[in-house]
Amino acid sequence: MTFHRRTFLGATAASLAAPMVMGQGSPRVVVIGGGAGGATAARYVAKDSKGAIDVTLIEPSRSYYTCFFSNLYIGGFRELSSLAHSYGTLAADYGVNVVHDWAIGIDRDAKTVSLAGGGQVPYDRLILSPGIDFVDGSVPGWSLAAQNAMPHAYKGGSQTELLKAQVEAMPQGGVFAMIAPPNPYRCPPGPYERVSMVAHKLKAENPTAKILIVDPKEKYSKQALFEEGWQAHYGGMIERIGPDFGGASVEVRPDAMEVVIDGEVEKVDVCNVIPAMKAGRICDLAGVSEGNWAPVVPATMQARADDNIHVLGDATSQGDMPKSGFSANSQAKVAAMAVRGALTGSKVFPARFSNTCWSLIDSDDGVKVGATYEATEEKISKVDGFISQRGEDADLRKATYEESLGWYAGITADMFG
Amino acid sequence: MMSGGISGLAGLAVGILASALLAGGKLAANEIGDADRGRDVFRACAPCHQVGADATNRVGPQLNGIFGRKAASVDTYVYSKSLARAGSDGLIWDLVRLDAYLENPKALVSGTRMNFRGLKDKQDRDDVLAYLRLFSDDPANIPEAQPTARPAEVDLPPEILALVGDPDYGEYLGSECQTCHQGDGSDAGIPAITGWPDEDFVVAMHAYKQKVRPHPVMQMMAGRLSDEEIAALAAYFGGLE
Ligand SMILES: Cc1cc2nc3c(=O)[nH]c(=O)nc-3n(C[C@H](O)[C@H](O)[C@H](O)COP(=O)(O)OP(=O)(O)OC[C@H]3O[C@@H](n4cnc5c(N)ncnc54)[C@H](O)[C@@H]3O)c2cc1C
Ligand code: HEC
Ligand code: HEC
Repeated sequence: MTFHRRTFLGATAASLAAPMVMGQGSPRVVVIGGGAGGATAARYVAKDSKGAIDVTLIEPSRSYYTCFFSNLYIGGFRELSSLAHSYGTLAADYGVNVVHDWAIGIDRDAKTVSLAGGGQVPYDRLILSPGIDFVDGSVPGWSLAAQNAMPHAYKGGSQTELLKAQVEAMPQGGVFAMIAPPNPYRCPPGPYERVSMVAHKLKAENPTAKILIVDPKEKYSKQALFEEGWQAHYGGMIERIGPDFGGASVEVRPDAMEVVIDGEVEKVDVCNVIPAMKAGRICDLAGVSEGNWAPVVPATMQARADDNIHVLGDATSQGDMPKSGFSANSQAKVAAMAVRGALTGSKVFPARFSNTCWSLIDSDDGVKVGATYEATEEKISKVDGFISQRGEDADLRKATYEESLGWYAGITADMFG
Repeated sequence: MMSGGISGLAGLAVGILASALLAGGKLAANEIGDADRGRDVFRACAPCHQVGADATNRVGPQLNGIFGRKAASVDTYVYSKSLARAGSDGLIWDLVRLDAYLENPKALVSGTRMNFRGLKDKQDRDDVLAYLRLFSDDPANIPEAQPTARPAEVDLPPEILALVGDPDYGEYLGSECQTCHQGDGSDAGIPAITGWPDEDFVVAMHAYKQKVRPHPVMQMMAGRLSDEEIAALAAYFGGLE
């Protein structure tokens, strides 16, 4: 449909083989990945350029299931359907060409993206926000082939649904194990919020069950707050094995449902393996990664490797910013402004970034951490920040949870219109 | 945009700055105001509020011990969502905040249900607060109790309220706010900030910046905004419906 028309137009434009000149058709921005970074970038470029830029968004799924709030779904605080968002408004109200396909290659000289379904999409500027993939072999014994036996539930949708069903099917007094990821990974408090939500569910349905966290990290985000909350709400249910006790030398056996920690075999009923992460594969294919992540110029989010490509969100090495939906959304606005400035000469202001991550520990017990950032030469660097305190009163924790609901409504409206 | 009616709000902004500037302890030693005259001014409050030994909640909550009391903390009274939120965020009724609330209730707590247009006259506020002070702990006996002295007046450059913001810049800066505040003005747990009069918006943002309004996220967001940037944001969000 629209896409064929675009390919055709694109092919014609490309055959002119001249640098983009105003008046020969609108400049073209192609966005790969319709998540927190990509959907926001597509919407802002389309909205603020008021039709002067032609925006194409390439995303295989018809519905985007947010990872944010997926732990609340596991805990029984949200319906799965409330986490799904369609691209209908971006297409209808903002004129974004939404192409449901995978990008499988990028030709940086010809400035084209090739699609799994065949065809090339030309661009003047390319924005990559493909999220994460997993590092092969980071948890010995686990591979994507084992993701049904031992789900990661670290990409939205069916994996989250599967993990919740497995928790519900646990025998009374069973063991839920989580293999936590090494730094850096998406959503630093995410695994621990998940443990809180699983504990909330088990406390009601399976109170003698146990939760075992096997963690390669010395410490983790909001640790004092989580530990205080677990003690208060789920005393005795949760045990964490850190690196001092073998948390960094773990192997899993998906067929036998076993976890081997420093040589000791544990039989478990559910095993949530969250492997080490790296930038979505398309970053490697585009040649913009260095090691696991794509380095960027903080002021514009341009790839260090190519001025015509901007990289956003989890896939980047983002300096002091954590990998979060909020961060990706924040970076998208900086990139959208830089892209418009480059293609249409619109005003460009100094980049500024911010992030806040809420976590729910139990009903009405929300905590948050946040910071503001600026672009320096070498990295996105922190300006100011805050974190919830231990021992806050119940009113404040409830207000914090309620504002997280406001944030979810706000950011999804900001992404999808 | 920044037309009439500024003087009253400028007063609030002055109070805010004064408190920040004088936090170092250089408080002038004059009393808040004249408590006897304040008893008369309190007639304006009496339809809704009581103080004294038999005070009960009426349209508004009883005001005994209001100095140092957490906002929205009378258990037997049902408050508006906004004032309750301010209380949970940590708003404590000290002199500066009471003065700001009485001057313009909605500039300090946008959604408050106190249907009272405010006391624009500074002397009236000083006096009624001196009167209410009689029903709060005596600072002579309790060292941490709220100070009874009012800081000496500080002149706030009128330019701050007269600044006219660049709407293009406001639009870019405002994109950062819209991760939380919805552009269409709906409130799903975070208040709407569209379509406000410029002055109210500017005062609210300065109140966060000076940490007169509680809330760590907003104090941080406002903390790095310059006066021009706040004006630009006021212009941009003021124009959204
Ligand atoms: C359990 C959990 C809880 C979380 N909670 C929070 C939270 O409370 N707050 C918060 O801010 N963040 C949270 N996050 C983090 C947040 O989900 C991510 O940081 C955010 O989604 C990153 O945005 P992104 O645009 O980089 O990637 P994504 O949102 O993952 O989007 C990437 C998109 O790219 C598409 N894609 C990938 N490769 C290709 C390709 N080759 N061609 C076309 N399309 C492609 C994918 O289908 C996907 O839709 C949480 C994450 C998890 C797992
Ligand atoms: C028309 C009724 C009305 C008048 C007049 C009125 N108030 Fe109020 N007041 C209220 C209501 C209602 C509330 C609760 C507001 C809310 O829940 O948002 C309130 C709240 C307050 C509070 C906060 C109390 C708390 O527990 O947090 C103070 C302080 C206050 N009023 C002082 C005054 C003073 C002083 C005057 C007179 C100068 C006054 N009010 C005039 C109705 C009124
Ligand atoms: C991380 C989420 C978040 C971001 C980003 C954010 N705000 Fe807020 N804002 C809040 C919350 C939560 C409140 C309610 C605070 C309170 O209880 O005082 C609030 C309150 C406000 C208020 C007062 C509303 C009222 O009804 O009294 C204003 C004005 C405001 N914000 C403006 C802004 C502006 C301007 C920006 C961008 C520069 C911004 N906010 C960015 C979360 C946010």
